[in-house]
Amino acid sequence: MAPALALIGLFLVFPALWTIYLGMTDYRLTGLQAVDPSFVGLDNYGRILGDPAFWRSLRLTLVFVLVSGIIGQSLLGFAIAWALRRLTGWLKSLIETLVLAAWVIPASVSSFLWIALLDRRGGTLNEILGTEGTAWLIEHPMAAIIIFNVWVGTAFSMLLFSSALAAVPPSQLESARMAGAGGWQQLRDVVIPNIRGHILTNTLLITLWTFNTFTPYLVTAGGPNGASEILAVYIYNTAIPGGQLGVGAAISLIMLLINLVIALGYLRVGRARQAKPADATAAETAGGVVKPS
Amino acid sequence: MVTRRRILTATLASVTTLSLVAACGSGEGEGEGDGGAVTLTITANAISGGKNAAEADWIRDWVIPEFEAAQAEAGNDVTVEFLEEGVDDEDYKTKIALDLQSGEGADIIGIDGIWVGEFAEAGYIAPLSEVGGDAVESWEGWDQMSEAVQSAMSFEDQRYGVPQGADGRVLYYNKELFAQAGLPEDWQPTSWDEVLEAARSLSSLDGVVPIQLNAGTAMGEATTMQGLLPVLAGTGQEVYSEGMWNGDTQGLRDALGLYATIYGEELGDPILQQEAAGRDNSFAQFAAGEIGILLEGDYFWRSVINPDESIGTAPMANRDEVVGYTLIPAQSPGSGVEGRDFVSMGGGTGRVLNPNSEHPELAWELLAFMNSAEAYTERVAGTVSITPRDDVNAEVLASDPMLTFVSENVLPINSYRPGLAEYPQVSVALQEATAAVVDGTSPEDAAAAYEEALIGIVGEENVAAGS
Amino acid sequence: MSEMPARLAATPRVRHFVSRVLMVIGLALVVVFFGLPLLWLVTAPFDSVPTLAVSWPEWTLSSFAAIGENRYAVGSFVNSAIIGVGTCAVVLVLGAFASYALSRVRIPGRDGLLYALLLLSSIVTGTAAMVPTFQLVNLLGLIDTHLAVVLVISGGTLPTVIFILKDFMDSIPKSYEESARLYGARPWQILRDVVVPISRPGLAFVAVWTLVQVWGNFLVPYLLIRRTEQQPAAVLMYTFYTESGQADLRLLSAFALIFSIPIIVMYFLVNRRYGFRFHGGIKS
Repeated sequence: MAPALALIGLFLVFPALWTIYLGMTDYRLTGLQAVDPSFVGLDNYGRILGDPAFWRSLRLTLVFVLVSGIIGQSLLGFAIAWALRRLTGWLKSLIETLVLAAWVIPASVSSFLWIALLDRRGGTLNEILGTEGTAWLIEHPMAAIIIFNVWVGTAFSMLLFSSALAAVPPSQLESARMAGAGGWQQLRDVVIPNIRGHILTNTLLITLWTFNTFTPYLVTAGGPNGASEILAVYIYNTAIPGGQLGVGAAISLIMLLINLVIALGYLRVGRARQAKPADATAAETAGGVVKPS
Repeated sequence: MVTRRRILTATLASVTTLSLVAACGSGEGEGEGDGGAVTLTITANAISGGKNAAEADWIRDWVIPEFEAAQAEAGNDVTVEFLEEGVDDEDYKTKIALDLQSGEGADIIGIDGIWVGEFAEAGYIAPLSEVGGDAVESWEGWDQMSEAVQSAMSFEDQRYGVPQGADGRVLYYNKELFAQAGLPEDWQPTSWDEVLEAARSLSSLDGVVPIQLNAGTAMGEATTMQGLLPVLAGTGQEVYSEGMWNGDTQGLRDALGLYATIYGEELGDPILQQEAAGRDNSFAQFAAGEIGILLEGDYFWRSVINPDESIGTAPMANRDEVVGYTLIPAQSPGSGVEGRDFVSMGGGTGRVLNPNSEHPELAWELLAFMNSAEAYTERVAGTVSITPRDDVNAEVLASDPMLTFVSENVLPINSYRPGLAEYPQVSVALQEATAAVVDGTSPEDAAAAYEEALIGIVGEENVAAGS
Repeated sequence: MSEMPARLAATPRVRHFVSRVLMVIGLALVVVFFGLPLLWLVTAPFDSVPTLAVSWPEWTLSSFAAIGENRYAVGSFVNSAIIGVGTCAVVLVLGAFASYALSRVRIPGRDGLLYALLLLSSIVTGTAAMVPTFQLVNLLGLIDTHLAVVLVISGGTLPTVIFILKDFMDSIPKSYEESARLYGARPWQILRDVVVPISRPGLAFVAVWTLVQVWGNFLVPYLLIRRTEQQPAAVLMYTFYTESGQADLRLLSAFALIFSIPIIVMYFLVNRRYGFRFHGGIKS
């Protein structure tokens, strides 16, 4: 444990604290402020919070996380895992292979695949749909990166829920079925209570990852005119092409705080649900489903 | 208690290990000092088999062996290493800035002329003669480079690097399309109105975009350099003059007004301006005869549509017959910067000496060698381009009337961008202004928004009042 | 609206049939959605004149020959492998120990610490931390080494790895270790003979996850490595562009395919050998 902490301390905590400090300066990579950055306290934060571009970016990020991460990846991943749980043979292998390939292919490659797919001239999608000349990445940039992110990230939820579903005691499902519970009821009364921990893990990690992912930049570069500039891209555009590393660092910290609030929210929900409905489910199971056996 | 102490020891242990490894790492590879063997390094955003491959191959296959041989003849054991890069300019800039900041980096570094000011202000680079010694001032090459060309790598009247080329911007037009629209083959517009008239005539042709004037943020600097800045120069206005930034000026409103006319009358394709690969697509469309008029640099001619095997990305076999070029007119005759009738913008890259170099004088020798007449003649042997040296240009450009035209008629009317650290952000604000106008915002509102953005970037005290 | 479900519910066989059809349609959509973008990757590299559109190729291997001729392409895969394997090793070993210890030792605020690190890792993997990271590596004298890339990426990924692995460690009954200890097993023996076998699916998953993170990482190796021949494939892939930023589709497509295959193969090998499994997730 100690070597891990040392490594984390040196290569994670130390640069992170340094970054937080940079966020309180007017540091730039070049120019006069590079030699002699001055401490500006919370000025950067004031500027960011007063910048409409930041609020737009935050709004886009929340939509992005909610639709592509929490709804898209998690639900699609669960649905695939659910559909595949009793399937065997080539179809299962094919689907698993495709979903996983999308996940493990390096971001530089997968982003290019989507650019090729959605290209305005000669893109495959336009050829299939007969919509020659539709510039998907410009007319629907947010939809494009949301779908792209679902494509990339669903595999994690699928894997996680597959193993979660495998761990649901078959006897419970069997009893539920014998008690006449339909698919939805089984899901609600047996499966969900059993995999609550997995759902929490999945949602938490997916949210954090989706919040911080930079890959959509490779597809739309935040454009057109900032219409798909999620926070990670906004930071990049501010810090690298814009050169304002101090401001970029400050936005990073704001992003961390938002992540913190969300994570705390999840944990609270998880705790509350565990404390209360755990007993309720137990009672329900005992009273409603298990009895007939 | 116990765990805490254990953590502490372990931390110390791993830090020690790391620094040991580090010590081993830095011990090897340097290999200089004893025996007189010296290693010089060159870095540039060029790589064989990739970005700017011609430059990379020239450095690797000609510059290095020739220089090493010449040094060996003089009894010096010199090895030159070439660190090739081939990435996005922003990433390359970040990397060399980090290197220079930490006192590291190659001895000779290729940089974009527009970075000179911000690198100099940060103390990353120093005036050439401070680094390379007296030999710099007495170098024969300076006499072969015009003031304007040298200024691309200068800051506050001091030379920080040696330019490696010169370029200018013109209006390209498709003679076949012009003939179809009943326009003259030898087209020489003298005002914006004449350009717009030609574009309106072209709009009668089917499947042809009359004019491509770069706009929006997706094209990045191409929007500023091959779009708004040359247009703005035609109004006599500059983005930065007399130590102040200019905001919402009449000139800017007029320049944005030209955008409003072009995109409002559908003489240009507004969607193309927002595509990530919009500039490439504009090249491809021009080559395919789908764009009538295009504002571009000479690079478009010598590289993009070059008909020779494997040079251009959109080669035009009939380039010399079909593609015409003409000077960019000012808004009206005499209305351009410094009262000019025609305008252009100059950019260009070059190479600087690293102030941290351990062998600065030798590094200068290498840099001077790379900029000798012999080296440039070799450099442009494959594909002709305008070199910074007049003596070389006189010889090599004779075969290419277009580049001769640029060298003789365009370079003298070049304007240059302000080489200040804030420029990249200002440039983005300018791009945003064009994007807004293409999107339907009035030029007045866009210019006002630009001034607001400008104040946010450079501070109110640096923006010219009442402009 | 109200009639349909009622009738369907009335005949379980019809309902069963409809749900089967719906499922098949759904799965077909999944196949199309995930497969469509991948088509380009398997056709373009073999096409003599690849375009952005998927088309039946005019078969040729010339694009691969072009990769072979590139001065840095082959070496870049070796570099990627070194960095990838190195990072996996560091992350697995340190992650296993740390998660085991975290799972067994009761320190107050243990979970809080883990969450804090998890959050901090989002700063460090972002672009804003680049300058501190570079300066740190420079201070340590590790610029231009693969080790630097391994350590920096490990530092950024370890919290997530520990977070995932801790679930596995929590699921190992203490009684196993206690009985092993009774028989005189030393701590590292317990780890080797009890903990590792049980958490193997988790370690396998973490290994693949880490490799995915490393394999595609551009900015960290690009900034920390100086010599071109030391750069990994993720960096080299960005050099296949022309002066104006137009992609060289022949090189790019062939390189992308070669670049993707090892990691896909690695995934399937690991999956077949160890399988992936997750434990109960967060227990709050």
